[in-house]
Amino acid sequence: MDFLRPETLAEALALKAERPDAVPIAGGTDVMVELNFDHRRPPALLDLTRVPELQRWDEGLRIGAGVPYARIIAELGDRLPGLAMASRTVGSPQIRNRGTVGGNLGAASPAGDTHPVLLASDAVVEVASARGSRMIPATEFYLGVKRNALEQDELIVAVHLKPAAGPQQFSKVGTRNAMVIAVCSFAISLFPAEKRVGAAVGSAAPTPRRAREAEEFLASELDFSSPKPLLDSVKREFGELVSRAASPIDDVRGSAAYRKHALAVMARRTLGWAWQELIDGERACA
Amino acid sequence: MTLTPAELTSAVSGGIGTSPQRPDGNLKVRGEFAYASDLWHEDMIWGATLRSPHPYARITSVDITEALKVPGVYAVLTHLDVPGRNLYGLEHKDQPVLAVDVVRYQGEPIALVGADHPETARRAMKKIVVTYDVLEPVVDMETAVDDTPLHPGGNLVRHVPIRRGSRDVTADVVVTGRYEVGMQDQAFLGPESGLAVPAGDGSVDLYIATQWLHVDRSQVAAALGLPEEKVRLTLSGVGGAFGGREDLSMQVHACLLALHTGKPVKMVYNREESFYGHVHRHPAVLYYEHGADHTGKLVYVRTKMYLDGGAYASSTPAVVANAATLGVGPYEVDNVTVDAYGVYTNNPPCGAMRGFGAVQAGFAYESQMDKLAEALGMSPVDVRVRNAMTEGSVMPTGQVVDSAAPVAQLLKLVQDKPLPAGTSTDIRELPGGVSNTTHGEGVVRGVGYAVGIKNICFSEGYDDYSTARVRVSMVNGELAAAVHTAACEVGQGLVTIMQQIVRTELGIERVTVLPMDTTIGNGGSTSASRQTYVTGGAVKAACALVREKLAGRTDIGDEVIDETTEWRHRATEAIDPETGQGNAHVQYGFAAHRAVVDVDVELGLVRVVALDCAQDVGRALNPQAVVGQIQGGSAQGLGLAVMEEIQTSGGKVRNPSFTDYLIPTVLDMPPMSIDVLELADPHAPYGIRGVGEPPTISSTPAIVAAIRAATGLALTRVPVRPEHLTGT
Ligand SMILES: Cc1cc2nc3c(=O)[nH]c(=O)nc-3n(C[C@H](O)[C@H](O)[C@H](O)COP(=O)(O)OP(=O)(O)OC[C@H]3O[C@@H](n4cnc5c(N)ncnc54)[C@H](O)[C@@H]3O)c2cc1C
Repeated sequence: MDFLRPETLAEALALKAERPDAVPIAGGTDVMVELNFDHRRPPALLDLTRVPELQRWDEGLRIGAGVPYARIIAELGDRLPGLAMASRTVGSPQIRNRGTVGGNLGAASPAGDTHPVLLASDAVVEVASARGSRMIPATEFYLGVKRNALEQDELIVAVHLKPAAGPQQFSKVGTRNAMVIAVCSFAISLFPAEKRVGAAVGSAAPTPRRAREAEEFLASELDFSSPKPLLDSVKREFGELVSRAASPIDDVRGSAAYRKHALAVMARRTLGWAWQELIDGERACA
Repeated sequence: MTLTPAELTSAVSGGIGTSPQRPDGNLKVRGEFAYASDLWHEDMIWGATLRSPHPYARITSVDITEALKVPGVYAVLTHLDVPGRNLYGLEHKDQPVLAVDVVRYQGEPIALVGADHPETARRAMKKIVVTYDVLEPVVDMETAVDDTPLHPGGNLVRHVPIRRGSRDVTADVVVTGRYEVGMQDQAFLGPESGLAVPAGDGSVDLYIATQWLHVDRSQVAAALGLPEEKVRLTLSGVGGAFGGREDLSMQVHACLLALHTGKPVKMVYNREESFYGHVHRHPAVLYYEHGADHTGKLVYVRTKMYLDGGAYASSTPAVVANAATLGVGPYEVDNVTVDAYGVYTNNPPCGAMRGFGAVQAGFAYESQMDKLAEALGMSPVDVRVRNAMTEGSVMPTGQVVDSAAPVAQLLKLVQDKPLPAGTSTDIRELPGGVSNTTHGEGVVRGVGYAVGIKNICFSEGYDDYSTARVRVSMVNGELAAAVHTAACEVGQGLVTIMQQIVRTELGIERVTVLPMDTTIGNGGSTSASRQTYVTGGAVKAACALVREKLAGRTDIGDEVIDETTEWRHRATEAIDPETGQGNAHVQYGFAAHRAVVDVDVELGLVRVVALDCAQDVGRALNPQAVVGQIQGGSAQGLGLAVMEEIQTSGGKVRNPSFTDYLIPTVLDMPPMSIDVLELADPHAPYGIRGVGEPPTISSTPAIVAAIRAATGLALTRVPVRPEHLTGT
């Protein structure tokens, strides 16, 4: 197996163009597991950890694909609370030191924790090849179970996000209190100025997906200009719509029925927390 | 003048009753301890095992031609290459070393490859062509006996009936229940591994992580067709065992390859293969009926239980006997009817695991005691105390409990501990933790109690002994001792205990523990909570012989005092095959738990907030090790209560990895408050009582009782899943 170690992004893209069968490796927390289990024996690994362009984020919140979770939590938690919450639930401290959002996107597991947040907060994935670069909205990035929109010669360069325009929440169910793959997960972002809500589910369909009907329902129900405590019926209806957006399966981690049920509960609760934060924020400003 | 041990103790530190530092502790924490998987030999090759993908199938052909052609392959072996008896097993020799014409479980070994690199071996393995005639697997333990016979004698491995008192009694209050226990795994962290080194004379040395060197050796020698002295075993670094290493895994396979190729052969399972490579805890279905008078006094207990032994017998007969003889728990009951059945199916083979039959029964009888308390309007502790066994109580087998049985005291100790503060507002301490599933919504607290009983040491007339050799000589002008046994250190701290015993008995501070191997006699199994008792007893006895020769001298010049002795605990008896009566067990151990849980009743997520324990250990030879055993045993019980299960479907394992077989993390296991009682057992060396297993028994039902208290749900199956709590 060849081990390719580019020092710049241009070099990495050139290598990927030359060797489309080379498997990129960032933190390696997915790749190495596959190698150890003999699920995959690629002819080459393309090590991205030395590519400086991938290791940084800028004030425009273009976050390099190789920025590990630990740094997202520490450095971006104030501007991207949703992504930080999701990052905090990934694996263990060791995994958060190594693992990256780029890797989460590369693996495109339906259970990846950052996906619902990226969907709910209108993230755009910047990908590039020797041919040029493309901006892919997160909503168009996930194509199937562990399949994404990357072409053979492309690499994920960065994720573009906007600083949270309002309260954000992320919630994940697992059958252990830490270090657990999501049985299902949910993210919500409020955009008060635009009077709308982003909502997405994880680990409850072949791909992470947005809950559009639920979003539309809230856009029409919520009074962003003078937020008042929510009616239970609104939260409940929202939960139902989120649950309906999912098409989960029964597997060793949980039953489809449980996932639907849990999504409704998480949607209800996170909406309540986010909305309360908005009310508290208004009060603080008043 | 001869000195008594007590006088000698005063001169040396690190004797019994203290907690000297373990030699392996720092190494393990730093990741520097050499486990069997780190074994290395110049010139060694690697072994790999081809396993059946089917739970039940007829093998119609095996073609190894292409595999042999792979460059770097030294050998491809099948059952035709097993020179001795191609059957082994702890109690029944029913399991093939390599499958002949039928496979009875998914993962059953069929062929072996020896190659210059693990990768080569794996690639070659893929070129072995096996054709199967796939058969309908038998997977239901309750109907297995009447299903397709999987072995010549049918599918009943053992039926243990117990008949005590009258069956013709009635009670004021009757509660019944059906309970299920899922298949738990030992989940030791060091996977199966070993290194077989052939010697020129046709003999072989095996360096191996195991629980019982001598029984491994007799099985390996029989399979290799060698006399036992031609098979030498040395214990290598063991990364946990919990029963999962009592049966053979790759022992014979590595030796076969080594003798066949003339090269040292290393085999290491990866995590997935490990799930197929060792036995698990028997899943069980248990039916119970408890009758009590209106004061809560038990009138009778009737139970019928099924334990799924899977494809091969392993230690099923003994597990069934434990479940039966301990089946009413630590309670006095005059009228008992038990029928316990261990059966063959095409599920993964099950055998020894910490608690050994007592865990399955414990979940059921403690659930019943709670149900009884509710029916009587009594508190769970009161109904248990009302029936608690004491010294002098009679077991369902008729055996009189002839040392301390402080069941009521243990319960009261945990009951009287302060309760933790109310539900936290910090999400890190709520169900789900930083997964941010609740900020307090839906969270309900519950408290539950349980107590359990476990037999210590081997039972039913088994000649259970250990051999110890103690050698004393002068080193640098000082007396120094070396102790040698074949008893396996699997991480429990036996090395330290043996040093402590020698220090106390001989007053010699410098004590070396020699490698554990088969050049000395049998040390017995590191199981049944027995090594401190039995091997500790043997070391103590060998020390007594040495002490006599030492005769108080502190300078023995060039003399070497070298004494070897066998030591056995008092004999037990077989139980009557029709009535189950007999003095089956050596000693009984007891532990009680109080669990406090926070349950998110809407999401079905559980946080164990407190799991306090009281246990009688007779005498704490190493107090820190005792507490460590209680914490570990409780954690393993917590795992069974809320997460640990090998899920099978049609005999196939669905979650053979630590991604989906979840064991508790440090954030799942609360800090424990532990009371250790030291009520000496006059029959045991130093009065000790085995420690390792009792806490595993009571932890699970205490947690489930607490979840019931929080939710009001019946919860008759462990592990409790979110689906059970949310009805989804
Ligand atoms: C013990 C453990 C616990 C875990 N727990 C969680 C969890 O709780 N939640 C969760 O979501 N995940 C979890 N994971 C999975 C994993 O940590 C995450 O998916 C992580 O985000 C992967 O990042 P990485 O940098 O390590 O990726 P890598 O393993 O390096 O790569 C992952 C995939 O992405 C591709 N890739 C990486 N970078 C790029 C790039 N720049 N361009 C194109 N392709 C790229 C790789 O080729 C590969 O296919 C866990 C893993 C382990 C081992």
